[in-house]
Amino acid sequence: MLNKLKQLQDQHIRGGLISPSMFMIGFFLVIPILIVLVYSFLESGTYGGVEWTFSLDAYKQFFFEEDFLTEELVFNSAYIEIFSRSFLQACTATFLCLLIGFPTAYFIATRPLKTQSLWLFAITIPYWVNLLVRTIAMLFIIRDQGPINEFLMYLNWIDTPFKLAYTPFAVSLGLFYSFLPFMVLPLYAALSRFDMSMLTAAHDLYASRWAALRYVLIPSVSHGIAAGCLLVFIPSLGAFIAPDILGGGKQLMIGNLIALQFQGSRNWPFGSATAIILLSIILITLYIFSLRKKGEQK
Amino acid sequence: MKYAINEYPGTKSITLLCMFILYTPLLVISLYSFNSLRSITTWGEFTFDWYIKAFNNPAIQDATMNSLLIAVLASSIATIIALAAAMGLLRGAPLKRQKLVVGMINLPLLLPEIVVAVATLIFFIAIDMTLGLGTVLIAHIVFCIPFAYLPISTRLKDIKQGFDEAAYDLYASRWQSFIHVTLPMAMPGIMSGLMLAFVVSLDDFIIANMVAGPGSSTLPMTIYSMLRIGLTPEINAISTLLLLISIMFVTASWWVNRSPKSAS
Repeated sequence: MLNKLKQLQDQHIRGGLISPSMFMIGFFLVIPILIVLVYSFLESGTYGGVEWTFSLDAYKQFFFEEDFLTEELVFNSAYIEIFSRSFLQACTATFLCLLIGFPTAYFIATRPLKTQSLWLFAITIPYWVNLLVRTIAMLFIIRDQGPINEFLMYLNWIDTPFKLAYTPFAVSLGLFYSFLPFMVLPLYAALSRFDMSMLTAAHDLYASRWAALRYVLIPSVSHGIAAGCLLVFIPSLGAFIAPDILGGGKQLMIGNLIALQFQGSRNWPFGSATAIILLSIILITLYIFSLRKKGEQK
Repeated sequence: MKYAINEYPGTKSITLLCMFILYTPLLVISLYSFNSLRSITTWGEFTFDWYIKAFNNPAIQDATMNSLLIAVLASSIATIIALAAAMGLLRGAPLKRQKLVVGMINLPLLLPEIVVAVATLIFFIAIDMTLGLGTVLIAHIVFCIPFAYLPISTRLKDIKQGFDEAAYDLYASRWQSFIHVTLPMAMPGIMSGLMLAFVVSLDDFIIANMVAGPGSSTLPMTIYSMLRIGLTPEINAISTLLLLISIMFVTASWWVNRSPKSAS
């Protein structure tokens, strides 16, 4: 009996210890997200804010706009373009990260144990530096009067500055630079658990290096590759800073579109609907990957 | 064996390229913050002028104070909350809703920052809270919790519960056992979490930009508005300072928490 009472008291204390974190995140994050969901089904107020009438206008606005003269709905591809641009940018960034990140993670995983943590630490440091500062640093070196262009002109390879800043590629480059550490870490985690003697075994069975890579190494670490790609793809899709600063306001992505609705155009329901669509895309992506993982385990 | 099969040619050079890509922009911007000339091509002389100029800018002074105040408060409060949560979750058998609770704690990491930013903004407006430093502080505490929780929970998992039981056997109360046994052993994880939370709070631009009212700009917000005029050497100077602070804190955080096995 006493033991049971003690257990009950124990449960209460543990519940009490957990509750502040649940309150902070529940009240100031989960409820706000639910409000976004509700607002996405309301009408936009004349002076910002919302009108409390149910409407699907915010979602319709994605595909159609009202013709001023005829008041008919006409197809509008502007927002779909922003979404496909974001998707393309996120894919490019993920691909570039994988291209550089995989060999890097492999190199680190094959170092002596002692030096591995130092290499990893060197990879993570830039992640902790202010993202705005890192993006500004990137703009600084790729802009027309930046060191890269000055150097190429000094070598007389080019006469006029090579236009890099404020192009779509600059945004990809910025996203790649922002999230590269996210690719290396899970890849390293997977590679360091991989038994390297498997490669020797493959070699003994007359596999070439590339065959061993293709048929032994990559399939064994595919979960690490998937995790790394997700960790780069998801934040890239909702990025705000890189397209804003490196795209010079001309390369809008989903994140910028959302921010605009709350700062400039003041269409809260449309902004909320955009945020909900972004969240849905992320959830669907995660769901597909979790299905794949389950399929692998079977 | 004729050659090591697990040595792939080129991985070393790609790793060095990776390091080069990661660090060059940061080094270049730091270097040019000391150039007395605004030019990229010509190096005038080594100078601290841009730093002095930035320090004398009242907008930067205010923003620095705001940023430091919020980072200190948000990281301390988030660390206490995360420590409590870790103690509740990791001492004793797993709770019934363990997974859900851990998922909630990590939720701020999963959501895109811009979505968190606008959601927090409309929430504060809906409950009629005046936008200012207070709203920035609340938003920062929320997303600092998972960053503080991570090293603390890793550390606590490494401390065997036998220590607590030994303390109870010696008639220590739950609180005494926490203060004299668990807390000192978990300290490296707590310090590491505190410093990571501090850096994360100092780094934030997107969320502060949405929920800070007029007159309560943080340092990244001030840098952003200065950028509208153009990339000036003052921005380089402030950016260099911010990046040095982040690197210092993260290195310290890594250092205090580097060998969890040796202490327990």
